[in-house]
Amino acid sequence: MRSLRRDRFDPAPTVWRYRLERLMLTPLFRVTLRVGLPFALVFSAASLWVSVPENRAAVSLMVADLRAQIESRPELQVKLMAIDGATDAVAEEIRATLSLDLPVSSLEMDMARLHAMVEAMDPVQKAELRIRQGGVLQVDIVERVPAILWRSEDKLELLDVGGARVGPAGPRHLYPDLPVIAGEGAKAHVAEALDLYATIGPLKPRLRGFERMGDRRWDVVLDRGQRILLPDSGAQRALERAIAMDQAERVLAQEVVAIDLRLGRRPTLRLTPPAALTLWQVKQEQAEKGAQE
Amino acid sequence: MIELYESQRAMRNMRRAAMQRGVVAILDVGSSKIACLVLRFDGSEPISDDGIGSLAGQSGFRVIGAATTRSRGVRFGEIRTMAETERAIRTAVQAAQKMAGIRVDHVIACFSGAEPRSYGLAGEVDVAASTVDEQDVARVLSACDMPDFGHGREVLHAQPVNFALDHRSGLSDPRGQIGNRLSCDMHMLTVEAQTIQNLAHCVKRCDLELAGVASSAYASGISALVEDEQELGSACIDMGGGATGVSIFIKKHMIYADSVRMGGDHVTSDISMGLQVPMATAERIKTFYGGVVATGMDDREMIETGGETGDWEHDRRTVSRTELIGIMRPRVEEILEEVRSRLDAADFDHLPARQIVLTGGASQIPGLDGLAAKILGQQVRLGRPLRVHGLPQAATGPGFASAVGLCLFAAHPQDEWWDFELPADRYPARSLRRAVKWFRENW
Repeated sequence: MRSLRRDRFDPAPTVWRYRLERLMLTPLFRVTLRVGLPFALVFSAASLWVSVPENRAAVSLMVADLRAQIESRPELQVKLMAIDGATDAVAEEIRATLSLDLPVSSLEMDMARLHAMVEAMDPVQKAELRIRQGGVLQVDIVERVPAILWRSEDKLELLDVGGARVGPAGPRHLYPDLPVIAGEGAKAHVAEALDLYATIGPLKPRLRGFERMGDRRWDVVLDRGQRILLPDSGAQRALERAIAMDQAERVLAQEVVAIDLRLGRRPTLRLTPPAALTLWQVKQEQAEKGAQE
Repeated sequence: MIELYESQRAMRNMRRAAMQRGVVAILDVGSSKIACLVLRFDGSEPISDDGIGSLAGQSGFRVIGAATTRSRGVRFGEIRTMAETERAIRTAVQAAQKMAGIRVDHVIACFSGAEPRSYGLAGEVDVAASTVDEQDVARVLSACDMPDFGHGREVLHAQPVNFALDHRSGLSDPRGQIGNRLSCDMHMLTVEAQTIQNLAHCVKRCDLELAGVASSAYASGISALVEDEQELGSACIDMGGGATGVSIFIKKHMIYADSVRMGGDHVTSDISMGLQVPMATAERIKTFYGGVVATGMDDREMIETGGETGDWEHDRRTVSRTELIGIMRPRVEEILEEVRSRLDAADFDHLPARQIVLTGGASQIPGLDGLAAKILGQQVRLGRPLRVHGLPQAATGPGFASAVGLCLFAAHPQDEWWDFELPADRYPARSLRRAVKWFRENW
């Protein structure tokens, strides 16, 4: 019988080596060893380190430091604000609204919020904000153009074509070119009022304003307390008709309080009380004269 | 009879499990080398236009690892020293696994020795219904008269070779046919149980599961015989190191297998004794200069035997190739004569084709086919194993015929007795099938 001890030159693997090799060739074990084990090691080491409060504090401090360092870099600083397309007053108002404490880091600026703030302002129709080269906050403004004066209950305000508020107005005589509107719901129908204003032509020197009646139709208010009552539809045509009547027969130069065009087929004139009395007397005299004959 | 096949059934289940995992190892435990191939079964491969897969559909697998190691502890194709063999198996399996890059758990093994004996069995039974069904096949198989093959032997193969229904014979699958009397012929191969147990023990010690055992004569017959040879009746002679396997095939079934307990190692030991050189030198001389037919030229071809003894005269000896052939030829003749007697015993002369295919490592001796033709008959050729996918070039030689055959066996095993279902009356009591049968018979 041969020696029970193994040859030194035996090429065969030992039992344990053979088993280890087989284990290493097991796919699941290999995946575990290659992926699972490093992951578990790193994860456990990281969680062990994080579990110490000083380490967490150090990390947050380091992050804050780093952030402050980056934010305070001169390349990222916004030093100036340039406002284009706005009048001085509006520009001042924008500066006051944004109230930026320049210089400030561009990382800290919330452009969307600033943009919303600027666009929310009354005189601004459209705004574009961007940070220009050289640390300049460029604000491009398109201002609202005041198109009409709106007399509300206690104050006079400027509105643009769309009826949006532009701002408070000063005394009336500062805006000789703008018509005045008043009445319930006038603000929502600025366009109609502007159309009427464009039509008014020869009556312009006498015009005091347009009044919205019952949020339904317009009255043209002239001086001497005269009014032209317009229907709720076809107001422009009716106004043209009133102007034609005036030019043909100088109606408005007479003792007339109002021209009522609300019923298109039956325009009505309302006379002043003395004129009405005179008319009544004249008619009576004519009647008496007719009776005598 | 049922207990006898329990282990075989268990191995079949193991093989099925291995197929599902897709990886199985092939282990050829030979006397001179142990070869291990790792197969990967990757499902069905695409069938080509003509409807036949490559290698006639034999190739559902791919060899992904192959390793060979010098065999130790195996004599005459039987395990003699368990620990040595176990180590050799471990070496081969580890190297093959390493090449494959995957762990294998199931192994199908073959060996050549253990005194195989063939038995032809016949059984006959009445068909229960009008048509033959699987139960009838199972009954006719279990109706085969079992020979007394002796104590301590185990059935290695039991393959139904032929079915006959009434007067019609030569049916390969009688199911669904109409007839009255079904008979079958079966070929049974028994080997010494001890050898299988030793092999199973060695495999188990290597943390592997035995998923099948085959005779290496059968395996090399599958791989070395081409299809028409298997069909028309041929013998495959697997000349291994310690044993020479003989298997006879007809109609694609093995009908006879035997083994001669002589092989290439005996030729080597003859050279070693005759020339008084160590076995390793004798093996080298045999492989480099060996032959069986001497010519005049061989008288002048001198072979240096070499040596490390330090004796100058002894280390500088030369022999002529004629002398070498003179030593080798009688032994080879003896082996072939022995094979001849086995073939005669099996009535090989009555087969239609009588083709003889020589394979195995020892069949590479130059001039062997001429010598074999003189002894065995005219139709002798040297066979190499079938080409299978992924087989390394080093493992395509005739020495790997049984390993490659075992691959084919693993991929497409022939039906054995234990693959058929048990007849109903052999089922254990309280079986549902038995209850169904009782109902059928009584209502």
